[in-house]
Amino acid sequence: MEYILSFIVGGVICVIGQIMMDATKLTAPRVLVILVVSGAILQALGIYQPLVDLAGTGARIPLPGFGYNLAKGAIEGVSKGLLGVVTGGLKAAAGGIAVAIGWGYLMALIFDPKSIR
Amino acid sequence: MEKEKAVDKKDISKAYENYAKKFTPKPKYIANSLKAFFVGGTICVVSMWLENRFISSGAEEKDASAYVVMILIIIAQLLTGLGWFDTIAKHAGAGVIVPITGFANSMVAPALEYKKEGVVLGVGGKLFSLAGPVLVCGITASILIGLIYLGLDLISVG
Repeated sequence: MEYILSFIVGGVICVIGQIMMDATKLTAPRVLVILVVSGAILQALGIYQPLVDLAGTGARIPLPGFGYNLAKGAIEGVSKGLLGVVTGGLKAAAGGIAVAIGWGYLMALIFDPKSIR
Repeated sequence: MEKEKAVDKKDISKAYENYAKKFTPKPKYIANSLKAFFVGGTICVVSMWLENRFISSGAEEKDASAYVVMILIIIAQLLTGLGWFDTIAKHAGAGVIVPITGFANSMVAPALEYKKEGVVLGVGGKLFSLAGPVLVCGITASILIGLIYLGLDLISVG
């Protein structure tokens, strides 16, 4: 059951992104920014957490989940005061960001640009 | 006289817009959405399966989800380097762009493109030309949200 919910929620979030790209003149990077920030805001309002509890990776793997992770980290940092609030978001997402930077740099160094097939 | 000219310009630009519209292919909303739904859903299900494998082999839930995100990023960036990601994205659209794989791709793709400009400013700089806005907006939002929660916490305590 959790797999089905993950599939549906993850799929629906992707469809929302697809419609944003097709129906509006928004470019892909803008769509990414909107999705991440809306994930963070929804988490701040307490709306995203139930979705994560329900669908697991279906809500965490799409980009709003990245925003959710950042916001969740910052909110959890409240117990550690100002420093916790400022570092909490990055701390929560540090693994993904670090791998994306390090591995991404390596990949860009190794490979040469290719044209779309 | 001046006003008339302005009106003319508006009419011309409108006429041109209509003219151009005739030749812009209409996006296939339903087909694109279906593809995005199935590809995106599949990525999420595979992630969940992977996460469960990590948990059943003794990883904590939080660590397991971090590992899965890392694996997705590594695969997406490898595919970008090989030049396959664009081919997949051409068909799957938002199905691979909205999951974290799209974020990973948005870092490597411009970095590859600007390789000629050098290893530091070309590859190193352009790694963030698309991912930068996402990180800046996302992290700023998280700090603001944290500050608001901290403020609310202080008010409720005091």
